[in-house]
Amino acid sequence: MQDDKLIIAGKAYNSRLLVGTGKYKDMDETRDAIEASGAEIVTVAIRRTNIGQNPDEPNLLDVISPDKYTILPNTAGCYTAKDAVRTCQLARELLDGHDLVKLEVLGDQKTLYPNMVDTIEAAEILIKDGFKVMVYTSDDPIIAKHLEEMGCVAVMPLAGLIGSGLGICNPHNIRLIKENARVPILVDAGVGTASDAAIAMELGCDAVLMNTAIAGAKKPVLMASAMKKAIEAGRESFLAGRMPKKAYASASSPIDGTFF
Amino acid sequence: MKIFLNGEAKEIIDSCTVMDLLTEMDIVGQRLAVEVNEEIVSKSRHADYSFNEDDKVEIVHAIGGG
Repeated sequence: MQDDKLIIAGKAYNSRLLVGTGKYKDMDETRDAIEASGAEIVTVAIRRTNIGQNPDEPNLLDVISPDKYTILPNTAGCYTAKDAVRTCQLARELLDGHDLVKLEVLGDQKTLYPNMVDTIEAAEILIKDGFKVMVYTSDDPIIAKHLEEMGCVAVMPLAGLIGSGLGICNPHNIRLIKENARVPILVDAGVGTASDAAIAMELGCDAVLMNTAIAGAKKPVLMASAMKKAIEAGRESFLAGRMPKKAYASASSPIDGTFF
Repeated sequence: MKIFLNGEAKEIIDSCTVMDLLTEMDIVGQRLAVEVNEEIVSKSRHADYSFNEDDKVEIVHAIGGG
């Protein structure tokens, strides 16, 4: 399994779990959970520096150091292509030219469902501007293929609504997207518990990105560890190839040599 | 002179540079990005870039997010 690397934009990673840094109790919990998850790629949001904030308060990037982790700035909260592009440009400046971004353009506050029209518009501008775009998308196989052909470095369909923990709601679409893809496919959003993460990996996904499933658990650090194992187990299970399902029983012990 | 810093009106001295503002806010050297009227002002220009009346200034940093 040492050779089974996740390659994104030409860089190899050992971990197939990407994690967010939102919704944690404090910086200590954030750091401990990220550490326990084994994640190497970590998402952050870009927001206004609070005026009058206590300057001694730790900065997220002092806790989650760009020297140790690949920082993946997101465009969460953006509802237009313009805002998403602006956010990515600020992130690149903030991270000294680091150009890997997670693009998401939302369409609706209730569902946080992606607005694919603006997502495609933003992706086009960002790719032209030299960004490496990992894109959050609806689970439409045709749109997913289009995003790949545009030059997105990874395509990340939702498995369920952001923060819902509903699990892999449409495994058939995730499988279709993966079947057609030449870039990494990551399930982004929907995972609620470790078995969901394993299912995503068993479908053949290259990785899973999650935040609330860990941060929203009663014991986030323990759940981070569970997710790490689930991702590894799901990946190995996928590579191993599951047995075919049968309608009737098939004895595991030999019939020959019975003495009764 | 008045600018709008992160959405709030703020009085600054004439010829105030980005670096002067960051110094006043005590955030020099932190990981942040500065935008004036929706244009990035890169770190290399912080010392030289002076604000104009009514500039819309955004200073952003990374926070927890998914």
